[in-house]
Amino acid sequence: MASLDQEVMGIFSHSSVSVPVKDKKLLEVKLGELPSWILMRDFSPSGIFGAFQRGYYRYYNKYINVKKGSISGITMVLACYVLFSYSFSYKHLKHERLRKYH
Amino acid sequence: MNENLFASFAAPTILGLPAAVLIILFPPLLVPTSKHLINNRLITTQQWLIQLTSKQMMTMHSTKGRTWSLMLVSLIIFITTTNLLGLLPHSFTPTTQLSMNLAMAIPLWAGAVVMGFRFKTKNALAHFLPQGTPTPLIPMLVIIETISLLIQPMALAVRLTANITAGHLLMHLIGSATLALSTINLPYALIIFTILILLTILEIAVALIQAYVFTLLVSLYLHDNT
Repeated sequence: MASLDQEVMGIFSHSSVSVPVKDKKLLEVKLGELPSWILMRDFSPSGIFGAFQRGYYRYYNKYINVKKGSISGITMVLACYVLFSYSFSYKHLKHERLRKYH
Repeated sequence: MNENLFASFAAPTILGLPAAVLIILFPPLLVPTSKHLINNRLITTQQWLIQLTSKQMMTMHSTKGRTWSLMLVSLIIFITTTNLLGLLPHSFTPTTQLSMNLAMAIPLWAGAVVMGFRFKTKNALAHFLPQGTPTPLIPMLVIIETISLLIQPMALAVRLTANITAGHLLMHLIGSATLALSTINLPYALIIFTILILLTILEIAVALIQAYVFTLLVSLYLHDNT
């Protein structure tokens, strides 16, 4: 019975079967392998552009490209934009805080 | 207070490099394209709005003028989204920078004028002298019309810059006045807060109107010259 289970599930139930580190997703990488995982990523311009493209389509297909998309799909983006601009102007804004000593 | 009033208009930099490029590249992310006939709600509303404005704008042009329709529609979309995004707190509006508005206005105006002089030289030169002027006035009027032609790109750019900058500045001032007064005299602070709300509504209108005016004038120059 146990062997039938193993046959049905295929070889993926065996923990010593190795998937190459490069192809693992981030949550499946063990902590010791993290430096080698980071170094094996594609940091060329086309690689970085591909990463941005994947991220964009991931968000787009989840929140906007649905049958009954709501306004929250775009307000989340705008909220992130506000936080981003705040972090940019923090340097000027920190002088305007209501403190006795700046 | 004087220093940080205008500090919000300074172009943002990362280690000295202009980050304004990144901020200018952000609005196109909000206007997706699609090759399907039936799209999601965002694209449908945007396409409906774009068709409404483009039909309104391009009906008065001849066939030759309509070759500019992509340019004019993308211009109005860019200016509208940039102005409206600038109304969010802490954001940087590229259209407050005169350099960018000049870069938009001068090539478009120059293109329309050069096209007019190349294809319809007589008509374009005839614009310099209105009909029915008395003969002694002709030299002066030609000079005045030339100056008014040459000032068109500057007027386009400065109009957009000044309107958006003035609106943002007013909102800053009234907002900080409300904040300062809130500890001293609360009813007056509430009155000024109402003024702030009205001003925000005005700013939204100004953002839209300025985009419209810019594009309308460019298309008018185009109509004169095609």
